[in-house]
Amino acid sequence: MAERPQISGSLFKRLTAILIFGSMLLSIVLFFVVREFAARIAQAGQDSILEASVSSIIDAAVIRDGRVEVDFPYASFSMLDTDQNDRVFYAIRQDGQLLSGYKVIPQTDRLRTDSAFFETRILAQSKFRIASAQRVLIGSQRSTTVSVYVAQTQDSLSQTLKQISLNVGALCLVFFTFTAILSYIAALATVRPLSRLASSVQRRSGEDLRPFKQPVPSEMVPLVSSLNSLMNRLDQTLTRSEDFIAEAAHRVRTPLATVRSYAETTLQRVTKSENRNALKAMMRAVDESSRAAGQLLDHAMITFRADHLDKQQVDLSGIVEDLATSLAPIAEMKDLKIVLRTDGPVHVEGDPILLQNAFRNVLDNALKYAPFETEVTIQVTDSPRPTVTISDLGAGFPNDEIQALTKRFRRGKNAKNSIGSGLGLTIAQDVALAHGGSVALTNGKSGGACVTFYL
Amino acid sequence: MRYFLSVILAFCSSLCAAQVWEDQRIFGAAEATQQLRILSSTDTSFLVPVIDAFLEDRPNLKIEYLVHGTSTIDLLYRQNPGDFDLVISSAMDLQLKLVNDGFGKQVDDIDLPKSAKWRDTLFAFTKEPAAIVLNRAAFPNGDLPKTRQDLITALRNQPDVFKDKIATYDVRTSGLGYLFATQDARSSETFWRLMEVMGGLGTRLYCCSGQMIDGLVLGDIAVAYNVLGSYAEARAKTEPALAVILPSDFPTTMMRTIFASDAAQTNLEAEAFIRFLIEQQRDDGRNITGLPSVMSFGTQQSIPLNPALLSYLDALKRRTFIEAWENALVQ
Ligand SMILES: Nc1ncnc2c1ncn2[C@@H]1O[C@H](COP(=O)(O)OP(=O)(O)OP(=O)(O)O)[C@@H](O)[C@H]1O
Ligand SMILES: [Mg+2]
Repeated sequence: MAERPQISGSLFKRLTAILIFGSMLLSIVLFFVVREFAARIAQAGQDSILEASVSSIIDAAVIRDGRVEVDFPYASFSMLDTDQNDRVFYAIRQDGQLLSGYKVIPQTDRLRTDSAFFETRILAQSKFRIASAQRVLIGSQRSTTVSVYVAQTQDSLSQTLKQISLNVGALCLVFFTFTAILSYIAALATVRPLSRLASSVQRRSGEDLRPFKQPVPSEMVPLVSSLNSLMNRLDQTLTRSEDFIAEAAHRVRTPLATVRSYAETTLQRVTKSENRNALKAMMRAVDESSRAAGQLLDHAMITFRADHLDKQQVDLSGIVEDLATSLAPIAEMKDLKIVLRTDGPVHVEGDPILLQNAFRNVLDNALKYAPFETEVTIQVTDSPRPTVTISDLGAGFPNDEIQALTKRFRRGKNAKNSIGSGLGLTIAQDVALAHGGSVALTNGKSGGACVTFYL
Repeated sequence: MRYFLSVILAFCSSLCAAQVWEDQRIFGAAEATQQLRILSSTDTSFLVPVIDAFLEDRPNLKIEYLVHGTSTIDLLYRQNPGDFDLVISSAMDLQLKLVNDGFGKQVDDIDLPKSAKWRDTLFAFTKEPAAIVLNRAAFPNGDLPKTRQDLITALRNQPDVFKDKIATYDVRTSGLGYLFATQDARSSETFWRLMEVMGGLGTRLYCCSGQMIDGLVLGDIAVAYNVLGSYAEARAKTEPALAVILPSDFPTTMMRTIFASDAAQTNLEAEAFIRFLIEQQRDDGRNITGLPSVMSFGTQQSIPLNPALLSYLDALKRRTFIEAWENALVQ
């Protein structure tokens, strides 16, 4: 059976995690960048109003009768009205001396005449944004510098910022959700060719070793091409192994057959009884070896084929009939009668070579272990499931060994005088198992061994 | 001007220990342990029903109600903000400046339109126009002036009738008078022409609406300009000689405001009083003080509660304005 590979994480999960984490990071960055940007714009808005206020006040400054008068317009302060009713402080100074307004606003030496100077400060326990500017007034005697400071709390600004933060937050959340869904889809799309390949590998039958030809993404080309080359090599190895087994069987059997025929010819010519006995023992050993070699190779072939079952539609009755015909000469030698009972063709999915081999081994046993002039019965039925039963009228399986007889090289104690390797029932069982079926060994009530294939 | 302020300051600081009030009354049980001190420019009679109703289910509380002019209130309060729990004044500009300077305590969730409160600290509870109040006797043919221009014409036509019989606020001492005058000046040049005409006829200057109305009733005065319409209306019910005219060219309307002092100890009761007053003052039909609520006069805008009110309180602007006003009126 295929071994389950070790798992180290999941490509899909890793990809999704990376993408979602990335979009989260991006959303957070986006949130702060947009908020910062909005905050600057909002601050610039407040600054420009403060600057307008400062310049409207400073423009109203005149020297009249040697005295500075600043009859600034009502709008200078009404323009500072905000939604949150921000507090307003201001100061008008002449050469640094407070003329009117709030003395809590500290003087700054960074006053300019062309544009306003801005700073944020805590005044009377509240945060104020202060705009200031100065102007030089030329009087008849001397010139004097008037400076104007206008300060405003930032309640409305922070309210606006809070609102902006909420909106930007919602926007980023939507962005994040959207990108997270996209990430998921992207990860899914990325691993889909992989799972498609996996399922197409799975769907293939065992002996289908053709290369994969469906188009795959370029990243998967190395994987698929090495898979293809692996399958190509496997295909070659398989063909070679099959050839090798057939070749090996041939190579072993041929010289053994030669040895046996020499021994037989020699036996005709030898008269001395001890020599004859030696020759007979030698012939038996050769038979034993030949049988063993044949069975071993059959077993190897079955083991090999079982892994790459060449399934096709087969008729069990047909196989059994052919088998009976081919073994008829052997049966005749023992005056055995092979009785066939079939109710028409019984079709199953299977490998005909393997099935024939299995049935032959069991029929061979029946012919080998049943007494002369008895009947061997082969029954094929279709229901409740396809079954082949081969029974004889001999002594049956030794009762105490019946469970173990299907093991490799296991022979019963009734087999002392016969030639055999103990692999026949093993082959029968392996074939049945390879077809998803089973083999049952039983003894009839009135004696006789009975082997049943359930397929 | 500086001189004048310092005189008031000196006057006050010397007398503060035994301050002389326009009116001073204590409501509630004498043995009550808790006390609210209300500093107010509003005549006691208008607030009596509110205070009585408020004290009904507060047996342990007494209320000291102290009445003075708007400017004095501002000075007194700034000197000892911890001594007073509530400040009521019709001088919106002074009130807004006090709150702007951080003296007020925020009271949340007061059910008023946005235009009637500032920073959830200063709350308006009346809407009162400035009126021209006449003694009908001075207009025998019944042809009462409807606008400031009408009044100018009437004064010019019969200078001998009105000579020394015209009254208005002394804007130098009355915060409300100053507010009305500055807002008038902002609205139209007619104001300055009227002031010049009035100056030419020898106008008498008053600290308060009540005294001007008294003068009208007695017949000492024929015309009073920028009198509180609500006070005059109240008196006109019993004095048929009074005619209250809301000038139709441009109305000047102020809102009476209240705030709780942040420095005072009795904050919770002060908050409760504001809530109670605003609640009782809401309904147009039966506002508890008898003064028109902030919803009255339809869409007619009052002077808006916004930082622009600080403008004329600026020392330089005030100096310029008072000089112009004195030039026109005090000849
Ligand atoms: N029909 C039968 N009657 C009695 N005993 C049987 C029968 N078939 C098999 N056996 C017993 O089961 C044993 C195992 O049979 P199996 O076919 O595996 O080996 P084998 O016949 O001895 O050798 P070979 O591999 O040459 O067939 C046999 O040795 C024999 O003892
Ligand atoms: Mg056998």
